[in-house]
Amino acid sequence: MKKFSFLLLTVLIIWSCTDNGPSGPDADDFDREAILVNWADNIIIPSYTNFSEATEQLHTDAATFSEFPTASNLLTLRTSWESAYLAFQTVSVFEIGKPMELRYRDNLNIYPTDTTEIENSIQSGSYNLQLPSLNNSQGFPALDYLLNGLGEDDAEILTFYTSDPDAENYRRYLTDLTSRIDSLTSEVLADWTSGYRDEFVSNSGNGSNSSLDMMVNDYIYYYEKHLRAGKIGIPAGVFSGSPLSTHVEAYYSNDFSKELFNTSLDATQNFFNGVHINQPSESGESLSSYLDYLNTMKDGSDLVTLINNQFDAAREQAALLDNDFSAQVESNNTAMLSTYDELQMNVVYMKVDMLQALNINVDYVDADGD
Amino acid sequence: MKAHSIRSYLTATTNAAPLAIFRIFFGLLMLISIVRFAANGWIQKLYIEPQFFFSYYGFEWVQPLGDWTYLIFILCGLSSIFVALGYKYRISILVFFLSFTYIELMDKTTYLNHYYFISILSFLMMFLPAHAYYSLDAWNDKKLRSQEVPKWSVDSIKLLLFIVYFYAGLAKLNSDWLFEAMPLQIWLPSKYSLPLLGDLLQQTWTHYAFAWAGAIYDLSIPFLLLIRKTRIFAFILVVIFHILTRVLFPIGMFPYIMIVSTLIFFDAGLHNQILDYISKWFSITKSFFDNGNIYSFPQTWVRKASLGIVCTFFVLQLLIPFRYLLYPGELFWTEEGYRFSWRVMLMEKVGYANFKVVNPDSGQSFYVDNTEFLTRFQEKQMSFQPDFILEYAHFLEDYYKKEAGIQDPEIFVDSYVALNGRRSKRYVNPDIDLTEIKPSLKHRTWLLPFDDEIKGL
Repeated sequence: MKKFSFLLLTVLIIWSCTDNGPSGPDADDFDREAILVNWADNIIIPSYTNFSEATEQLHTDAATFSEFPTASNLLTLRTSWESAYLAFQTVSVFEIGKPMELRYRDNLNIYPTDTTEIENSIQSGSYNLQLPSLNNSQGFPALDYLLNGLGEDDAEILTFYTSDPDAENYRRYLTDLTSRIDSLTSEVLADWTSGYRDEFVSNSGNGSNSSLDMMVNDYIYYYEKHLRAGKIGIPAGVFSGSPLSTHVEAYYSNDFSKELFNTSLDATQNFFNGVHINQPSESGESLSSYLDYLNTMKDGSDLVTLINNQFDAAREQAALLDNDFSAQVESNNTAMLSTYDELQMNVVYMKVDMLQALNINVDYVDADGD
Repeated sequence: MKAHSIRSYLTATTNAAPLAIFRIFFGLLMLISIVRFAANGWIQKLYIEPQFFFSYYGFEWVQPLGDWTYLIFILCGLSSIFVALGYKYRISILVFFLSFTYIELMDKTTYLNHYYFISILSFLMMFLPAHAYYSLDAWNDKKLRSQEVPKWSVDSIKLLLFIVYFYAGLAKLNSDWLFEAMPLQIWLPSKYSLPLLGDLLQQTWTHYAFAWAGAIYDLSIPFLLLIRKTRIFAFILVVIFHILTRVLFPIGMFPYIMIVSTLIFFDAGLHNQILDYISKWFSITKSFFDNGNIYSFPQTWVRKASLGIVCTFFVLQLLIPFRYLLYPGELFWTEEGYRFSWRVMLMEKVGYANFKVVNPDSGQSFYVDNTEFLTRFQEKQMSFQPDFILEYAHFLEDYYKKEAGIQDPEIFVDSYVALNGRRSKRYVNPDIDLTEIKPSLKHRTWLLPFDDEIKGL
């Protein structure tokens, strides 16, 4: 037995010291912090900067319209609203840090918007937009209603800002909304640029509260809840049994929901691949390069290709949809459901295969393991 | 073995100190475990907040008791103190066993091999005279006070530890573990930020080294602990191994429990020394217990019953882990016979389960948002364990019957599971109405086949 234990000890020592076991493709440690740097500097902060410029423009144009409620100013305001709403699709996914604290997304994009609440606030002239109970009567969906949904045509809409007894209140509510969007966004951007960026990048560990884990969780959550379910699944009736045409994003503008969806889809795919927001031809470290590194190490097949192909498949399927999703679910919901199915496949790839590969838990499960 | 030698073994005695030390440390560690559990807010989070709990087959009646659940934990904590002190030991260990096991049975979402180990260990301890020496009971009761206890009572704890290690080692003898270094190859690289180890854990050879060393460790450590000459070396290995697992994985108190438990393999000399230290600290007259008496069960039938139960217990412990052989298909995939078999840290399984409710009367269907009913932890565990999926489907059936007025809802699940680095694959047959399937121990024909082979035990 003595011999046996010596043998065992020797085996163990050799095993722990040997360098000639099956070797990995690259002895170099993959630099996970580079992912965070790329995300922060080339995607997140520039996206917020772009969006912040758009919200500033939106507020300026709303103020102008409020002062001079003309048809042409309405058109200008609508254009800024559209640009800002599109730019919002590139930042909505980053609900981490300050945005999480402010519940940023809830303030900017809950739809369908509560028109009764909006009208009540306007009529009474007193409201506190900071109250969570007013989340669904502000932000982009509320602006959608105020800019596109008040009347049948532009002339009719304009009367609410000019000759209506509450015209002044309408104008004030409108600018209060754009002001709030703009100030919340400034707050978020300022937080990122005045310190949170460094905090985010330096939190490069592997715990459940590390930036990578939290961002990946937020990312998948956004994809599942806000892109797949919010923009497609819920209006298509996937969770209710029958289509809900009023539940589309930008319901009152009639031809804008698909563009918003596409922008969001592009943003999520670009984030996955680490594509720089302002130089789409360039990309840096991100989930795709990390998966590539882990895949080659595990000799696995290419999950990155699978996920990107699935993004493309969803995009192709969505190309067949009407620009107005509410018209689409009413006329031919099957195409909408097919888009949902394509989006759904990527939930499986990302939530099952990708999380397995990255060994990241779905949200923080705080308990012991075996 | 001849009947004679069996009888002489059963009547053989040994110094009681190892058993007393075991009782004291067991009680203390359990107390710390319970306090830690409560301090982490897990009682609230795991047993009060969820609106639905996953039950073990046949134990559906074991449910959390709302705010009274705290009482069970208090009971469990108090009894562990009494066990450590050896006060009203038989009742205390009984209460500990019942309360701890009740806690474990309340929701199988939290199942861990280690919790099961504590449950069965405390069951075993009910039949051992761990209070005969260095306990309040022995202090108060002259008849009980004994310096020698039956040898089998100390050996039975060794045997249980032997089974845990050895079976865990046998379970590692499979192709995923040995030849793919799975799931270590998934787990270890994600520990990149550990000082010193982080870089090493990115190397493929490290994954294989850990896998093989782990298997060799589990298979050999019980022998190395049994043999006097290798015992100290083995104990050093035990400490290194468990500290390493503590560093790498979130496994709470159990490394310490295992380290302390393996002390039972040492000779009584060591335990008497430890007791000397304790006696000095607390000014206890240890010699008071060193009376040379031999423990005898209060009645012959108690001794016989204890022996009988302990023997039956071990026969079951040796057999239960192998019950998977009764089922066709891949154990890791179907999980038929997976639990209670010391398959520790062998699988990385991730799943996704999307439930569809169909109203057969209207033909209408919709998908369920799992977060409406389950906590994140429950949803995660449910998504890759078939018995969870089935139980949840039945819960949904009841819910939509009552709340949505659907007379006979049909429940289908669209589910995908990835196992040990393999690409995700459809798991449950999506065409099967789960409400038609009764939970049972029978082979699950409603799962799709694994389409791969994991060779080994």
